[in-house]
Amino acid sequence: MTQQPLIEIAHLSKSYRRGDQVIPVLSDITFDIATGEFLALIGPSGSGKSTLLNCIAGIDAVDAGTITIGGTDITTLSEGELAAWRSRHVGFVFQFYNLIPVLTALENVELPLLLTSLSARARQEHALAALTAVGLPDRTDHKPAQLSGGQQQRVAIARAIVTDPDIIVADEPTGDLDRHSAADIMALLRRLNQELNKTIVMVTHDHRAAEAAHLVRELDKGELRVAP
Amino acid sequence: MLLLRLIFKNAFRHRLRSMLTIVGVAIALTAFGLMRTVLDAWNAGVSASSANRLVTRNAVSLTQPLPYAYRGRIRQVTGVDIVAAGNWFGGIYLDEKNFFANFAVEAEDFFRLYPELVVTPAEQKAFLTDRKGAVIGRKLADRFHWRVGDTVTLRGTIFPGQWPMTIRAIYKGARPDTDETVLYLHWSYVDEVMKKTTPRRAGQTGFFMIGIGDATKAAEISKDIDALFRNSQAETLTETEKAFQMGFVSMSEAILMAITVVSYVVIGIILAVAANTMAMSARERLGEFAVLKTLGFPGPTLGLMLLAESLLLSLSGAALAMGLLPAITDAFTKNLAQYFPIFFVSRETMLLLPAFGVAVGVLAAAAPAVRVGTVRIAAAFRRIG
Repeated sequence: MTQQPLIEIAHLSKSYRRGDQVIPVLSDITFDIATGEFLALIGPSGSGKSTLLNCIAGIDAVDAGTITIGGTDITTLSEGELAAWRSRHVGFVFQFYNLIPVLTALENVELPLLLTSLSARARQEHALAALTAVGLPDRTDHKPAQLSGGQQQRVAIARAIVTDPDIIVADEPTGDLDRHSAADIMALLRRLNQELNKTIVMVTHDHRAAEAAHLVRELDKGELRVAP
Repeated sequence: MLLLRLIFKNAFRHRLRSMLTIVGVAIALTAFGLMRTVLDAWNAGVSASSANRLVTRNAVSLTQPLPYAYRGRIRQVTGVDIVAAGNWFGGIYLDEKNFFANFAVEAEDFFRLYPELVVTPAEQKAFLTDRKGAVIGRKLADRFHWRVGDTVTLRGTIFPGQWPMTIRAIYKGARPDTDETVLYLHWSYVDEVMKKTTPRRAGQTGFFMIGIGDATKAAEISKDIDALFRNSQAETLTETEKAFQMGFVSMSEAILMAITVVSYVVIGIILAVAANTMAMSARERLGEFAVLKTLGFPGPTLGLMLLAESLLLSLSGAALAMGLLPAITDAFTKNLAQYFPIFFVSRETMLLLPAFGVAVGVLAAAAPAVRVGTVRIAAAFRRIG
C-alpha cells in the first residue's frame, strides 16, 4: 500500500515561550510519511503530538527544520501562501468537529469549495457527494445542533474530503464520541484511506483508534519513536 | 451567496443582542438628526436670508425706534431699490401661550422684497386695499383654523389696545425654509392709531428693510446709509439681513454649541456600544474564525466578513433612524410650531445618517477585524481550549 514519501520532515524543532521561559515541545524530529499512509501519533498529554500535527498541516510555525510535502517546503511559505496551500492539499478533522453552527450540514461541507472556482451548482453537487460518501445524504438541511456527535464528525469528515485533498489530518477525531460512534468514524477514515488512497495523519489518545492505522508513532517529551 | 448568507446569519446569531445594537444605533442617530434639525431650525432665519436685503435699525438698540422720515433719504442712496418700514408688533391673540410672530410692515414694498411669500394676486390686492387687513402664513392659518375673511383681534403689548383686523390673504412659502407662521399687518394702520392715541410715537418705525440690486455692494451701501445719519439723534446701523439674523442666533451661541457637542457625544457613545458588540462577537467566534482560516480562508477575507456584519447592524440602525426621524420631526412640528416655525429634516441631515451608520460600522469593527484577520490559528485554538 505504501508508496514514495509524500511528507518529509527533517530536523523539526519547536518550542513555546512563557514569559522568559522557553519550553521545548518538539526536538529534532525527522521522519517520512508515504503517500497513502495512515499514521497514528500517540503519546501522553503535552508530548507535542498536536503541535507536530499542526506543523504538518501548516497551521503552526516551526523554529527549525523543514517540512516538505509534495515537493513544497511549507516552512518557507508566507501566511497567504500557506492558506492557499492548505485549501488545496489538506483536509482537517477536529476533536470537537468545529462545524459552523449557523450553517446546515450541506453548507458546512460547501464552505471550503468557496475558495475554488466552482459554480454554486457544482459546489452543491460536490458537497452532496461528500455527504453521501460519509453516509449522510439525508441530513443536508440539518444544523449541527440537530445532529449527534457521530453525525457531526461525519459532516466534518465530508468537509475535509470535499476538496479532494492529498492529506487528511485528524486531531483526536474520536475524542468526543462514544465507543460505537468512534468505531464508525475510524471505519470511515480507514475506508477513505483504502478506497481513496488518502494519506491520513491522526493524533489520538485512543489505542483502539490507533489500531486502525498502518503505522503508530509515539511522541514522548518532544521526541519521536516507533510505538511498540 | 453562501458567504453572504454566513455574514447575515452571524450578524443576527444573537438576535436580542443584534436587535438591541440596531435599536441603539437607530436611537442615537435619530437623536443626532433631531438635534441637527433643532440647530437648523434655530438657524433658519439665517439660511432663509437673502444677500440682496439689508436691515437698517437704530444703532443703540433694536428696541429704539427710527424716524420714519429716514425712509426717503435711504431710498435715494445709490444702489437701493426698495425700502419698507417695519415694526415688531408683538400682538397677543387671546393668551400669551398662543404666541406667534407678527409684524407691521409697509405691505406693498415688503411683498416686493419678499417674493418667497407667495400670495394669489386677488388676495394680495384685497390685503393692500384694506388698511385693517392682515396676511398670515399657511401654518398659522392651520394652527388657529383661520380663513380668509375671518376677523382676528390682537391685544397690543408694544402698541397698547385692541387691534381688530381682517384676514385678507394666506401666504405659502416658496422654499422649505420660509417661515409660514407669521402675521403681517399694515404699518400705516398702526401709525394712524398712534397718531390718535399716542402722538409722540407716531412717525416712528423699528427698522427698514432694504432691497439692493447688487449684493456685492452690500457693505458699501450699508456704509453710505449709516453715513447719512451720523451724529443725528438716531444714528443707524445697517447690515445684511443675514448678519441681522445672526445677531439673534449668536445670543444663543453657548446653547447651540452645547447641542452640537451633545449630538456628537451621542454618536461617540453608540460607537463604543457597537464596538463592544463586535468585540464580543469576534471573541466568542474566534474558534470559528480559526477553523475558517484552517480551511484556507485568508485573514483579510475574515476581517472583511466581520466588517460586513458590523455594517449590516449599523446600517440597519441607520435605516431605522431614517424612518424614525421624519416621523418624530412631524410630531415636533405639530406640537412645537410656535417655537420652531421652520422644522424639517434637511437633505444633509438625512444623508448624514447613513454616513454615520457606515462610520460607526467601520470603526466598531476595525480592531476586532484586525484581530480576527491576524490571529494565528494555533494560538486561537489554544485560546479556546
